[in-house]
Amino acid sequence: MSIISEAASGPVKYLKAQTRWHPIETVFWLATLLPFFFLPDYLQLASQIAITALFALSLDLILGYAGIVSLGHAAFFGTGAYAAGLFSKFVWGEPLTGLIVGTIAAALLGYASSFVIARFRHLTLIMITLGLGLLLQEAANSASWLTNGSDGLQGVTIWPLLGYFSFDLYGYTAYSYSLAVLFIVFLGARRLINSSFGLALRGIRENPLRMPAIGAPSRAHIRIVYTISAAMAGIAGALILQTTSTVALDSLGFERSAELLVMLVLGGAGMLYGGLVGSTIFMVARDQFSGIAPQFWYFWIGLLLIVVVIFLPNGILGGLSKIAAQWRRR
Amino acid sequence: MLPPVIGVLFDGIAYGMLLFLLSVGLSVTLGLMNFVNLAHCAFAMLGGYVTVLLMNSFGWPFFATLPMAFIVTAAVSVGFERVLYRRLYRASDLDQVLLTIGIAFISVAVAAYFFGTTQQPINVPSYMRGSFNVMGLDIAVYRLFLVGVGGVITLLLIGALELTRFGAQVRASVDNQRMASGLGINVERTFAVTFAIGSGLAGLGGALAIEIVGLDPNFAFTYLIYVLIVVSVGGLGSIAGSLVAAILIGVSDIAGKYYVPQLGAFLIYLVMLAILMWRPVGLFGKR
Repeated sequence: MSIISEAASGPVKYLKAQTRWHPIETVFWLATLLPFFFLPDYLQLASQIAITALFALSLDLILGYAGIVSLGHAAFFGTGAYAAGLFSKFVWGEPLTGLIVGTIAAALLGYASSFVIARFRHLTLIMITLGLGLLLQEAANSASWLTNGSDGLQGVTIWPLLGYFSFDLYGYTAYSYSLAVLFIVFLGARRLINSSFGLALRGIRENPLRMPAIGAPSRAHIRIVYTISAAMAGIAGALILQTTSTVALDSLGFERSAELLVMLVLGGAGMLYGGLVGSTIFMVARDQFSGIAPQFWYFWIGLLLIVVVIFLPNGILGGLSKIAAQWRRR
Repeated sequence: MLPPVIGVLFDGIAYGMLLFLLSVGLSVTLGLMNFVNLAHCAFAMLGGYVTVLLMNSFGWPFFATLPMAFIVTAAVSVGFERVLYRRLYRASDLDQVLLTIGIAFISVAVAAYFFGTTQQPINVPSYMRGSFNVMGLDIAVYRLFLVGVGGVITLLLIGALELTRFGAQVRASVDNQRMASGLGINVERTFAVTFAIGSGLAGLGGALAIEIVGLDPNFAFTYLIYVLIVVSVGGLGSIAGSLVAAILIGVSDIAGKYYVPQLGAFLIYLVMLAILMWRPVGLFGKR
C-alpha cells in the first residue's frame, strides 16, 4: 500500500498531513446540514442515517484499521440500545444520561470480550464474534420478562433533550441530536486514527506477526480499539432507542451485523468516511425501494456485494480516490 | 425398558448426521484452500429445491431425486467456483466472506422468487414415515435412515480419502499446498473436484433435511450458522472432526431443547465458544 511506504519515510510528517482538514471534508459536513433546509420531510430518515453511519464508523475502526473481521458487532449496538432503554424506562428518562449509560454498558461488554478477541485470527475470530453475538441475542430472547422478546421494548419515555427540545414527529430534534453526536464521535475517531496508535492498528492489519516482533503490544492495542469500537456502537444503539423509543431483538442479530458489513464495504473500509458514505447510500436506497419485498431487496444487495468485491476492492470511496489520483497525474 | 435419555441421544445423533452431511464439504474445502465459503448452505438449499421440484412437479419418487440433488448441486457449484471463487483464493478473509454472503443473499431472493417464502411440503414414502418400538423406545424410521446414510457416507469418504490415489492427492494438498504442487499434483483441479463433491453432499443433505427441518428460502442462513459451528469446532479439513463435532452439536442441541427448553440455542453456542477457546483450531484441526 502506498500509504504505508509514505509513512515509513516520515511518520510525524505523514500524521500531520493526515490531520489537516481537506476542503472536501468541510463540504461533506456542511452538506449534512442540507436536510434541514431542503428535505424537512426526511429528517427522521436523516437521523437514522446519521446513527447508522456512526455504527458503521465503529466497525470501521476494528475492521478497516485493525483488520478484525466481526460478524457480531450488532451485539454492542443492541446492548447500548437495551441499556439506554431500560435505564430510561425504570430509572431516569433524561437522554444524555441514557446515552452515557448505553455507552458504558457496551464498552464494558466490549472490554470483557476483547480479551477473547485479541487471542484469535481468521475463521476462528469470525466464528467467535458470531458466536458471542448469537449468545447475547439468545440471552435477550430468554430474558423476555425484561426485554419483551421479539415484540420489542415498550413504554420507554424519553424526556426532552436538555429539558427543552422534545423528540417530535418531524425529527428536528432527532436529526440535530444524532448529527451532533456523530460529529463529536467522528472527531474523536479521526484523532485516534491519525495518531501513533492509529498507525499501530494499521500495522496489525498489514502484518499481525511483525507488529509484536518490533515491540508493539498488539494484543493490548486490539483490546483498546475493540473497547472503543464497542462503546461507539453502544452510542449508536442508545441513539436509535432514543429517537425511535423502542428496540427489538433484531437490533442484536446476525442480519444487522451482516448489513453493517455491507454498508461499510460498499463505502470503503479503512478510510473513515467509507462507513458514512456507504450507510447513506444503503439507507437511501432502502428507503426508495421500500415498496419491494425485503427478500428481493436482498437480491440487489447480494449483487452489489459481488460487484464491489470483484471490481471495487476498496469500495466506492476507494474507486473515487483512484480515479482522482489518475486524473491528477495527467 | 430403555431410559428416555437413549431416545434423546438417538435423535441427537440423527440430527448430527444431517449436520455432518451439510458441513463436511465446507470443512474439506476450507482446509484445502482456506476459502471461507458462506454460500455453502445456499448450495444445500439448492439440493433441497431440486428434490422439491422433481417430486412435486415431475412426480419423481423421493429416492430418485436424491442423486439428482447431489449431481445438480455439484454441477452448479463448480460453475460458481470456476467463475467467481477462483479469483479470490489469495484474497483476504473479508473479501471471501463478502463475496459468498452476496451469493447467499442472491440465493435467498431467487428461491423466494421461484418458490415463495413458505415451507415446501414433500411426501416421503409412507414406509419412511412411521416409527417402531424397541424396548419401549420410539425409533422414527426416517431418523434411522439418516443415521444409516450418514454412516455410509462417512465410510465412503474416509475410504476414498485414505485408499484412493485422488484421496492421497487431497490429503497432500491439505497438508502442504505448495509442496503438493511441486510434486506435480494439480492442486487447482483437485480443489475443483473436492469442491464439487463437498457441495454435492451439502445438496444431498439439504434434500434429506426437508423432512426433518423443512425448507424455506432462509435455509441458506439458518443452517449456515450450524454448519460453521460444526466446521470450526471439528477443525478444518478433518472428516472425523466434522463427524464428531456434528454429533456433539446435534446431541447438545436436541438435549438442550429437551431438558432445558428455556435456554433455546444457548447451549450449542456455549459449547462452541468453550471448545474454540480451549482449542482455537478445533478438536481435530492441525493448524
